Amino acid sequence: MLELKKLTKTYRTGDRALHEVDLIVPNGQVMALIGPSGAGKSTLIRCINRLVEPTSGSVILDGTDITALGSTGLRKMRRKMGMIFQEYALVERLTVMENVLSGRLGYVGFWRSFLRKFPQSDVDEAFRLLDRVGLLAMADKRADELSGGQRQRVGIARALIQNPRLLLVDEPTASLDPKTSRQIMRLICELCAERDLAAVINIHDVALAQMFVERIVGLKAGELAFDGKPTEMGEDVLTRIYGEEDWQATIRKVDEEEVEAEVAAQ
Amino acid sequence: MPVSTSPDGAKIWQLRTRNQTLTRWAAYLVAVAIFMWCWQRISEATTWFFVWDAPRIAADIGGRAWPPRWSYMDNLWGPLWDTLNMATLGTLLALVMAVPIAFLAARNTTPSALFIRPVALFIIVATRSINSLIWALLLVAIVGPGVFAGLMAIALRSIGFCAKLLYEAIEEIDEKQVEAITATGASRWQVMAFGIVPQVMPAFAGISVFRWDINIRESTVLGLVGAGGIGLQLQSSLNTLAWPQVTLILIVILAAVLVGEWVSAKVRGAII
Repeated sequence: MLELKKLTKTYRTGDRALHEVDLIVPNGQVMALIGPSGAGKSTLIRCINRLVEPTSGSVILDGTDITALGSTGLRKMRRKMGMIFQEYALVERLTVMENVLSGRLGYVGFWRSFLRKFPQSDVDEAFRLLDRVGLLAMADKRADELSGGQRQRVGIARALIQNPRLLLVDEPTASLDPKTSRQIMRLICELCAERDLAAVINIHDVALAQMFVERIVGLKAGELAFDGKPTEMGEDVLTRIYGEEDWQATIRKVDEEEVEAEVAAQ
Repeated sequence: MPVSTSPDGAKIWQLRTRNQTLTRWAAYLVAVAIFMWCWQRISEATTWFFVWDAPRIAADIGGRAWPPRWSYMDNLWGPLWDTLNMATLGTLLALVMAVPIAFLAARNTTPSALFIRPVALFIIVATRSINSLIWALLLVAIVGPGVFAGLMAIALRSIGFCAKLLYEAIEEIDEKQVEAITATGASRWQVMAFGIVPQVMPAFAGISVFRWDINIRESTVLGLVGAGGIGLQLQSSLNTLAWPQVTLILIVILAAVLVGEWVSAKVRGAII
C-alpha cells in the first residue's frame, strides 16, 4: 500500500508544485493521475521514488517511510518501484537486452553488471518478459533501432524485471499514436492485474484513462481536485480540474457493450 | 523594440534603432583604425629590403633543396617510428588521466561543484595553455633528452584538450536516461556505467582519434628541442645546411600526417 501524507514540494525557484497532498493507493490498484500541464503530476510521481526530493510530508510504501531513508535504504526501496517514462528513457546505445537487464542493477554488484555477467535467473526472466511484451526477436537490437511502441514495451519490461510492488508511470502514451497508446495502456493494466501490482499513471488523455483504470485522481495547481471512479467523471469535474471548456467530446460515454468488448479483448 | 509609425499611419519595423545602428558603425570605424595603426607599426619595424629580396632567396634555397636526397631515408625509419610511438603512447597516457578529470569537471557528475570542480578545471586550463613544445623544453631539462621527454610532453599537453571536450560531452547527455537508471535502484557507479558511459562513448572515441591525429603533427617538431623523433634529424640537417635532406624529411612528415589523418577519418567513420 502506498500512502502520501501531506506531501509538499516547493522548488528552489519558489514554484509550489505540490501542496499537502494526501493520497492512499491500495495494493493492486491502478490509478490514473490527471491534471493540466504544470499541475504537479510529474513532481508527485518523482517525489514517490525521490528522483525529486519532497520539501515536507512523507511517502510510505508497505509501512516504510521512504522520505526518512538514507541513500542505501533509498536504493533498496527504489528496487521495489518500477518506473516507466514518457520518452521511454531507454539507454539508446545499449541493446534491448541490456536495457531490460538494467532493471536488475539494484540487485547485482558493480563488476558483474559492468561485465554484463547477470545471474542466469535474471536473464531467464528478461527473456520471459520480452516474450510477454512481444519483443523476443528484438533482444539483440540496439534500443535506438526500435519504434516508439516497441521502445515503450522495453521500458515496461525494464520496470517489471525489478519485480516491483508499485509502478510509477509518467505519461506512457504521450509520444505514441492513438492505437499504440491503447495497446500500451492495455498492456500496463493487464500486467498490473497479472501481478497484483499497484500503479500510479500520469496521463493527459482523459478518455484513455477512463477506458482502462479503476480510479482517477485529478490534480490542480498542486492540490487534489478530484478522486473517484472513471464513471463519476463529468463535465463539472473536468471544468473543476482544467477550467471552462466544451467537454462533450472528451468524456467517454460509458457504454456497456464497449466495456464488454474491452474485457473480451483482454 | 524598433517599431515606429510613419506619418501615413503604417507600422514600420526595423532590426535596430537608430542609436544601435550608429553604435555599430562607430565600432566598425574603431576596428578599421586599430587595424591601420597596427599595419603601420609592423611596416615601420620591417626591413623591406629583405622582403623584396625574399623571392630570390627562396628560389636559391629551393634550387639547392631539390632533388631530395632519397638515400637519407635509411636514417629516418628509426626516428619516424619513435615519432609515431610518441604520439600514440602520449595520447593513451593522456586519455588515462583525462577521463577521471573530465568526470570530476562535468557539472552533472562532479562529487563537489564547489571544491573539486574548480581543481579539475584548473588542471584542464593549465595543461592546455602550455604548448607541447614548451612542455618538451621543460621536460628535456628535467628527465633528459630523448623519446620519453617527448612522450610526456605530448601526454601533458593532451590532458586538458581531451578532458575539456569529454566533460562538455558529459554535460550534454540526456538526463532522462540517467534518471531511468537511477530509478531502478542502481548505485552511483552503476548509473555511471549504464546511464552515462554509453552516451559519451562516441564522443570519447572521436576525441581520442582526433587528438592522436593532432599529436602526430606535434610530435614531428618536438625533436627540435631535443625530445627525440624525426624533428631531431630535421634540426641537424638544418644546422648543417643539408637542404636535400630537409626536403626529404618534410616529405616524410607530410606523408606521416596524411596517413594519420586518413586513419583517424576511417576510425571516426566506423564508430559514429
